[in-house]
Amino acid sequence: MKRHLISAADLSRADALLILDTAEELASLADRPIKKLPTLRGRTVVNLFFEDSTRTRISFEAAAKRLSADVINFSAKGSSVAKGESLKDTALTLEAMGADAVVIRHSASGAAHRLAGWVQGSVVNAGDGTHEHPTQALLDAFTIRRRLKGLNGAGTRGAGLDGIRVTIVGDVLHGRVARSNVLLLSTLGAEVTLAAPPTLLPLAVGSWPCAVSYDLDSELPKSDVVMMLRVQQERMTAAYFPSVREYSRRYGLDKARMARLPEHAIVMHPGPMNRGVEIAAEVADSARSTIVEQVANGVTIRMAVLYLLLGGTEFPEVTQ
Amino acid sequence: MCAASNPVAGRDGLAVLDAEEIRRALTRIAHEILERTHGGGEIILLGIPTRGVPLARRLAALIGEFEGLEVPCGSLDVTMHRDDLRLHPARALGRTDLPAAGVDGKTVVLVDDVLYSGRTVRAALDALTDFGRPLTVQLAVLVDRGHRELPIRADYVGKNLPTSQREVVHVLLAEVDDTDAVLIEDGGQP
Repeated sequence: MKRHLISAADLSRADALLILDTAEELASLADRPIKKLPTLRGRTVVNLFFEDSTRTRISFEAAAKRLSADVINFSAKGSSVAKGESLKDTALTLEAMGADAVVIRHSASGAAHRLAGWVQGSVVNAGDGTHEHPTQALLDAFTIRRRLKGLNGAGTRGAGLDGIRVTIVGDVLHGRVARSNVLLLSTLGAEVTLAAPPTLLPLAVGSWPCAVSYDLDSELPKSDVVMMLRVQQERMTAAYFPSVREYSRRYGLDKARMARLPEHAIVMHPGPMNRGVEIAAEVADSARSTIVEQVANGVTIRMAVLYLLLGGTEFPEVTQ
Repeated sequence: MCAASNPVAGRDGLAVLDAEEIRRALTRIAHEILERTHGGGEIILLGIPTRGVPLARRLAALIGEFEGLEVPCGSLDVTMHRDDLRLHPARALGRTDLPAAGVDGKTVVLVDDVLYSGRTVRAALDALTDFGRPLTVQLAVLVDRGHRELPIRADYVGKNLPTSQREVVHVLLAEVDDTDAVLIEDGGQP
């Protein structure tokens, strides 16, 4: 493992499997009477959130607390950021308070990377602009592996996602989740296809390790996993499709489309959902949907990441 | 390196127990457990990964053979409770798998391959507390090599092996290493 988790591209297959296997062992914690481990006692994790988020922040907070770390939550609203403090000054303040890890969510792509150059502790990227969201990709990979590679996780240790066909549908252009997932899932051996209108695909998509399709219906029968992405209207500065209704007709997952999936296929969504836009309510609530499972797995995978980054010895470059 | 070089499983070292001796030691421990727990009615065997787990399974099988009872058997990973985590890079976790009935009110026998500093057992006692409140906790080890750093002793010992701290004890088990043996090797460093 590296010292920071900035991008899914930084993870080798061995790193990714170590995180998934660690999470597999930590998953049983949720069934125990005492859901807490003493491992990170005395360590401080700062949640530095410059953008609104419920599930990611709560998920990191729960993960850190279950490992007995001290958690400081920092949100830009009501802080000195509102008074005009720069990211660097905020980082140096946190540094002076002795943060062992900083979990950062920021609207600017590359914010986590910049922060890593300013602080001594580990930096975990919890979403930077339209760039990456690696822990979301890890929890998605974990969910896929648990559902499709062996039941109850007993036989999944060390297994990759080889041969699993994943179709990621929707707003790839503004979605950091898509980029992280493409990188991580292909590292783990899955075959990834992006299905989206041409206007919602980034220009450089040709260099990504995945296939591209403009036709969702032809991809559905050969998909083991369909991952629906949220239409990120808050990041859209121009008209990317004629109307929400047209988008929903062509790229939304409704009951009829779900029926075209293979028997074992699962439906994923990183949340928050726009019910009725990219996913119909009856699909979101069906047995094939892993949306609630993904939230539970999110805590587990973030525990694994925090443990692997903070649980061992200090990294040599820090002590020098 | 030394005259005591032994080709077992490609490891150097002097063989101090062979497969037969390990089997006999486990047989004796199984009888001792039954004797000390008055027939083994309410016991659970918990192996500490990696090699404590197959040892616990073998003991459970032996007890089943002698008394015809099915002894619940599981594994207890202690990594997250260790006191030396910050001295090494983060370690991969072992499996924790407790019998569904839980540990409350039971006699838990922890099983490990080598008892040395006692720190692993301390971590195991901490880990166990998170799962419930056993009536008693006992400890069974295949090899006790001395040099305790904590006030911990084993209830059942396969072999007491006086060692120097520069020596390394390797326990090899068929389930993990394809062969049964206990080797002692001169580690070189004091």
